[in-house]
Amino acid sequence: MPQTHRPWTDEQVEQIVGNLLRTGVIVAALVVLVGGVLYLVRHGATSPDYQVFRGEPADLRSVSGIVTDALSLRSRGVIQLGLLLLIATPVARVAFSVFAFARQHDRPYVLVTLIVLALLISSLAGGRL
Amino acid sequence: MNILEFTILIWLGSLVAGFLGSLTGLGGGVVIVPLLALMFGVDIRYAIGASLVSVIATSSGAAAAYVKEGYSNIRIGMFLEIATTLGALVGASLAARVSTSVIAVIFGVVLIYSAYLSSRPRLDIISDDQPDLLATRLRMDASYPTPEGLQIYHVHAIPAGFSLMFIAGTLSGLLGIGSGAVKVLAMDQAMRIPFKVSTTTSNFMIGVTAAASAGVYLNRGYIDPGLAMPVMLGVLLGSVLGTRVLVSAPSRLLRMLFGGVILVLAIEMIYNGLTGRL
Repeated sequence: MPQTHRPWTDEQVEQIVGNLLRTGVIVAALVVLVGGVLYLVRHGATSPDYQVFRGEPADLRSVSGIVTDALSLRSRGVIQLGLLLLIATPVARVAFSVFAFARQHDRPYVLVTLIVLALLISSLAGGRL
Repeated sequence: MNILEFTILIWLGSLVAGFLGSLTGLGGGVVIVPLLALMFGVDIRYAIGASLVSVIATSSGAAAAYVKEGYSNIRIGMFLEIATTLGALVGASLAARVSTSVIAVIFGVVLIYSAYLSSRPRLDIISDDQPDLLATRLRMDASYPTPEGLQIYHVHAIPAGFSLMFIAGTLSGLLGIGSGAVKVLAMDQAMRIPFKVSTTTSNFMIGVTAAASAGVYLNRGYIDPGLAMPVMLGVLLGSVLGTRVLVSAPSRLLRMLFGGVILVLAIEMIYNGLTGRL
């Protein structure tokens, strides 16, 4: 039976994963930097207050709230979007591994990787144990 | 002190932490929480949230470099990530229920243990090296490059390694650290994986583990953008610089120095936790 595409070797997968991780971190850091500059320009002269824990407002706790805030260029929202991209980088790596193991016809590891991915997504979606 | 000065100081502190952390292989994350909590008076929950973010950044950044060298083992890493992510979710959930004083004390104890583990010489355990049945089934045995060519290794004691990884994940979620020391312990000692492979594979897993906890922390409102921003940017730049000078640095002396700093921070964390100041 002719194959449509040749399975990837582990080395090729590792190369792609390496690039994916590097790109994710760089993009996230740039977004955080832009948000950080905005934040310091707008709020740099006020006093910091981290001694008493209050927790972040609801809009900085959820994916949709963060995206909304970032789109309206609220500085803390932009930073939080960068942090969200950073958290998403390992998740993207795991998601890619599902695909890579599938191309290698490695069923047990497709299953293993799907379990890890499900745990990660449930965490980001606010699920708790 | 206004926000601008506060941000610059935290950025500088994180830069040094990231630099020393990557130079010594201990990771910058372990000193971020004590630095923020003890020196800047930041509530430990905000400190843990910011530290987690920096852990993801350094782990992913370093992993990008490591994977290309062919040491890390994706299969071992992915399989054990089931244990570490489950542990991380448990740890992050615990963090909301345990008092901050208790967290501070556990943090101090884990710091001392990590410093102790990393101060010991790491030797690969050479054994008769019979392949393990479960490891063979899971196709974990692999090879890694050495100056003499590819060296084949076998993986052992998967249940023990898996259990230790669950603990490593729980500590990571509870304390906002990478808990690389426990991960390396599980892989070196229990599973008898060569240390070049275990170090890089552990680093590879740290980012995924931390991402699992970070999701929970974000939803809880523990991750403050104004605080996490300088920490993440500082640790990231510091660790990149650290890997650049890795080859030429007198690492033994630095390790002892950084180990000493960690010990002092650990004792302070425990003291402040016990007296209820954190």
